[in-house]
Amino acid sequence: MSFDIKPSKISLVIGASSVGTLIEWYDFYIFGMLATIISKQFFPSDAGTSALLSTLAIFAAGFIVRPFGALVFGRLGDLIGRKYTFLLTLVLMGGSTFAIGLVPGFATIGWAAPILVLVLRLLQGLALGGEYGGAATYVAEHAPANRRGFWTSWIQTTATLGLFLALGVIILIRSNQGVEAFSAEWGGWRYPFWMSIILVVVSILIRMKMSESPMFTKLKSEGKISTNPLKESFGHKANFKMVLLALFGAVMGQGVIWYTGQFYAQSFIETVCKVEFVQSRNLMLWAILFATPFFVVFGYLSDRIGRKWIMMFGMLAGILTYRPIYQYFLDATNAKNRTEKIDLTHTVATEKLAMVDTKEGTKLYVVQKIDTVYTDGAKFSYTKTDTLHLADIIQDASTGSIYYTQPNAMDATKLDTIVVKLKPTKGAMLDASKTQEVKITAASLKPSIVIEKTLDHATYWNLIWLVFVQILYVTMVYGPIAAFLVELFPTKIRYTSMSLPYHIGNGVFGGLVPFLGTLIVEFTKTADNPYGDPLAGLWYPIGVASICLFIGVIYLTNKVDKEVMD
Amino acid sequence: MFLAPAIIWFLASQAFQKIAGATTLTRSNVTLQWVIILTIFTPICIGFFIFGFYAFKGEYDQLPVSSKDLE
Repeated sequence: MSFDIKPSKISLVIGASSVGTLIEWYDFYIFGMLATIISKQFFPSDAGTSALLSTLAIFAAGFIVRPFGALVFGRLGDLIGRKYTFLLTLVLMGGSTFAIGLVPGFATIGWAAPILVLVLRLLQGLALGGEYGGAATYVAEHAPANRRGFWTSWIQTTATLGLFLALGVIILIRSNQGVEAFSAEWGGWRYPFWMSIILVVVSILIRMKMSESPMFTKLKSEGKISTNPLKESFGHKANFKMVLLALFGAVMGQGVIWYTGQFYAQSFIETVCKVEFVQSRNLMLWAILFATPFFVVFGYLSDRIGRKWIMMFGMLAGILTYRPIYQYFLDATNAKNRTEKIDLTHTVATEKLAMVDTKEGTKLYVVQKIDTVYTDGAKFSYTKTDTLHLADIIQDASTGSIYYTQPNAMDATKLDTIVVKLKPTKGAMLDASKTQEVKITAASLKPSIVIEKTLDHATYWNLIWLVFVQILYVTMVYGPIAAFLVELFPTKIRYTSMSLPYHIGNGVFGGLVPFLGTLIVEFTKTADNPYGDPLAGLWYPIGVASICLFIGVIYLTNKVDKEVMD
Repeated sequence: MFLAPAIIWFLASQAFQKIAGATTLTRSNVTLQWVIILTIFTPICIGFFIFGFYAFKGEYDQLPVSSKDLE
């Protein structure tokens, strides 16, 4: 059985569902991307309770609340209909995102700030848990059997496009405003949150014009809708078996492939390979832009050759190639492997510059920066900051430089005199002729070292290409998954049944990729190898994807279900 | 089927080690993280055990072809 739907309505159904889902993802991502600023603005600077609350905000929304949202809104969707449920999730998500942008900082309202942010973040996670299942079900229930993969794949593009939009908006505002204005209490970082309300209003207006899913309407008119979707989904063995199969045979592997390709890759390039902030984000933007059309390509292909083998191939490709790809990331960004000559005309080692801590006048930061520029245009910046504690504060604010003595590194019986220029504090004019001797009472054992690498053109594009390849795997596993899940469950409990495995697979298995990856690297650290094996974190996605591939290959069917009306 | 209890045992032992090894400053945070991880993964592992049990009994050898088979 099928429904005849006009082509213009098809576009509207896909458009309305996709735009709303895109906005939900955009809302969800901006919080994560602005987490550093948010933690400074909303959480006090002490490490104890604030870290606890921020951890809760990130963990709770990402991992705990999303499956609960799937249960709450999935149930509603099967009881009152898809249209009104995903309208509700959109309002909830948009409203809470907008409200985060309105919450005054910790400096203004104290502890109310982090508590409000935490509550709003929980609402975001709850809404996201309900949105996806609704949108996917809604589109799939409008789609003809031979186009279901193609149609639902448009929904799949939104998770990636939401990331693209969030990254783009943040980079645009940040580059226009400058880092300082962007990070201020009422600075530009709030604009992406406020923008959300405009997007949500537009999306609500579009969605309000939509009619209910034809399958759900038919079921309702026949009085066949479920009275207790939760019980029927998870209390009946026959359906519960399929929920478990969906989770362990498909979504679990899809989740880790997705999060490795889009999130772990970015974090690895930025924090392990030390690629400069803007370049690492631009790199992701290019890769996402090139790869996104493939969601639709693989969705379309899944209607022709079946869903199973496309998803399984995506997992297999990830399992086999992740380690070589990440090894290349390390090798290509390692200064020791560079064969190009150093461009001496542009390579600069700045003299040491000291900055007095604005709060503790006896604390001094001595900074030295070395920019090594290569003939191919690559620039590796190395900034070393030593923290020194002085016996007394520097009395004269116009003092131009200081000097102190310290034991010689080679012969401790000798003393070296170190002269360091002072960086002027705000509003102060320095007198270069004024110099003062200071006495050092203590110094940090380890200097803080910040390395930032700006890649040459060829390496930059090689990295884009390799991130693109990883996102291509994402499109293979993620493109057909909505149609696959829709076909696995009956109409009357579809929203509930498909939402839970989806959000456990993506929120828990996928969402934990960065955390568990970092944890596994920690395990490999020893006294002989204090940095550990940077590639060890990949064993988590490789392991989960391998188990999922094994289960999927044995137990999943490649047959496209032509009849989802039942 | 046997992988599920092994995962729970591994996670619990890691949680114990990490919490015991944490400094006073970070202990509450580390404890919270591991409590969350265990709370999330324990039911998933139970689900994995049930999945293994069903698979062992051959319940997935014939997948349902119609929604009537799921009732």
